[in-house]
Amino acid sequence: MSSSPLFEVRGVTKRYRLPRTSVFARRREIVAVSRVDLDLNDSDSLGLVGDSGAGKSTLLRLLLGLEPPDEGSIRYQGEWRRREVQIVFQDPTRALDPRMTVAEIVLEPLRVLRLREPMSTRLSELLDAVGLPRAAADRYPHEFSGGQRQRIAIARALAPRPRVLLADEPVSALDVSVRAQILNLLHDLRDLYGLALVLVSHDLSVVRHLCDRIAVMHRGEVVEQQQTQSLFTAPTHPYTVRLLEAIPRLRWRPSPRPSE
Amino acid sequence: MGPLILSRAAGLVVALVAASVLIFVVVNVLPGDPASVILGTAATPGALAQLRQQLGLDQPAWVRYLEWVGGMLHGDFGISPISRIPVGPEILQKLTVSAPLALGGTLVALVVAIPLGALAGIRHRRPSGVVISALSLGGMAVPAFWAGLLLISLFAVRLQLVPSGGFVPWSQDPLGSLTSLALPCLALGLVQGAVLTRYVRSAVIDVQRQDFMRTARAQGLSRWQALVRHGFRNAAIPVVTVLGIQLTSLIVGAVVIENVFDLPGLGLLLFQAVGNRDLVTVQDLVMLLTAAVLVVNLVVDLSYRLLDPRIRAR
Repeated sequence: MSSSPLFEVRGVTKRYRLPRTSVFARRREIVAVSRVDLDLNDSDSLGLVGDSGAGKSTLLRLLLGLEPPDEGSIRYQGEWRRREVQIVFQDPTRALDPRMTVAEIVLEPLRVLRLREPMSTRLSELLDAVGLPRAAADRYPHEFSGGQRQRIAIARALAPRPRVLLADEPVSALDVSVRAQILNLLHDLRDLYGLALVLVSHDLSVVRHLCDRIAVMHRGEVVEQQQTQSLFTAPTHPYTVRLLEAIPRLRWRPSPRPSE
Repeated sequence: MGPLILSRAAGLVVALVAASVLIFVVVNVLPGDPASVILGTAATPGALAQLRQQLGLDQPAWVRYLEWVGGMLHGDFGISPISRIPVGPEILQKLTVSAPLALGGTLVALVVAIPLGALAGIRHRRPSGVVISALSLGGMAVPAFWAGLLLISLFAVRLQLVPSGGFVPWSQDPLGSLTSLALPCLALGLVQGAVLTRYVRSAVIDVQRQDFMRTARAQGLSRWQALVRHGFRNAAIPVVTVLGIQLTSLIVGAVVIENVFDLPGLGLLLFQAVGNRDLVTVQDLVMLLTAAVLVVNLVVDLSYRLLDPRIRAR
């Protein structure tokens, strides 16, 4: 293992200004990500968990370079961050341009980044890799099911041969029946291409299967970062304990219903 | 797409027939016998009867309707009882003024509205966007004739670049026709463009909130690149809809501008025909305009299918 990590996040803070509530009111700020330190190495897989508003997606946007941090630094030690860091978003129905065919969508990163690749062979490779039929190329996203659309989105992310794949709640918009397929696909692709994976989810059980390490976020801060196994057996932060308790279990226990 | 065009075309024919019946009925049940309008109140019953026969008004209504429609299908639009000139060539001649005016106005509107609307949409929270937005609101409030007068006083009177009005026929001096249409096109286009700017702006704001724009940005496209590659096609539908409405309204809605610039166009013809109780001309013009509106709507409708594959799939 090299001395300096692929991604080195130090003391990163991101604030957003809220819209004015009235003309005279001062604009208030919200701290989305607060003093986060994080390391990511090649072929690492890191899970980011926390409830909504914890700053998980913002942290991904910062890693992707979609926005600059307000404080702190994000150092990427690879060669070309824009090509090597790709992302899969939550809702594939809305994340794909409805006016483009699958071929156009999947190959667009190559065009945008001006990568010289034999387009049609690369397209077939990618469709094969994500388990889509080659005939899908000339069709439009709306002709596919949710799971298949997410496969399209994954193929798009893989097109420029990334080193790091970010995934923002990649299965939470999908049918429960296809979630496992997509998670397995991500797992296989990670092993096949040796990708570093950052997986955001509010669901610990999703992250558990795919990630070696888990960072728990709460109100913009990373409150706990541990190897997956030890996090589940010996959580240290009270918030992590609460998250773990929130995982539904199959054993039925009678409990008093909270009255409202 | 083939069978779809056929079924839409069939619908167009049905709508045209329905419109022709409606127009014929409305024009012909209007109080006032064309013959007595032409001859005035002092006419003798004998003269009235003779003129009625000459105009074909003694025929039953359905015969007159069929003759009217049959004539139009052969390109014969009848003869104006007032001016005694064939209506068809008259309309065709006015069309050489009105059609370029409507198209030119629309072109100016597009050239103004697309860049300004896109800019206002991208910067809608920043001062420059707000300024454009306010300007377009102001532009909407300006009546086209006033814009026309201002343009005349600047370009025609002060700078003497173009004539202040009138029209040189294309056959005489094509360049002269173009220059005499320049100001009216500008006047119409600026006002229409102000309206269109608002639609482009809101379509751009809307499309920027879409997730696929975030995907585009995540691939490394700049804001403008993302807008050009993914935004415009997705924002096009509301803009094309409004454009279609504007185009049809310009074909005849340019009456006032035609007046200001003294242009012999369709709007002026219709205006005069109504004033003269020239029912043949009115009937023909209304029918033609109805047909134009229906055709433009059909084209707009079909263009949706080109713009959005989801509609194509039905």
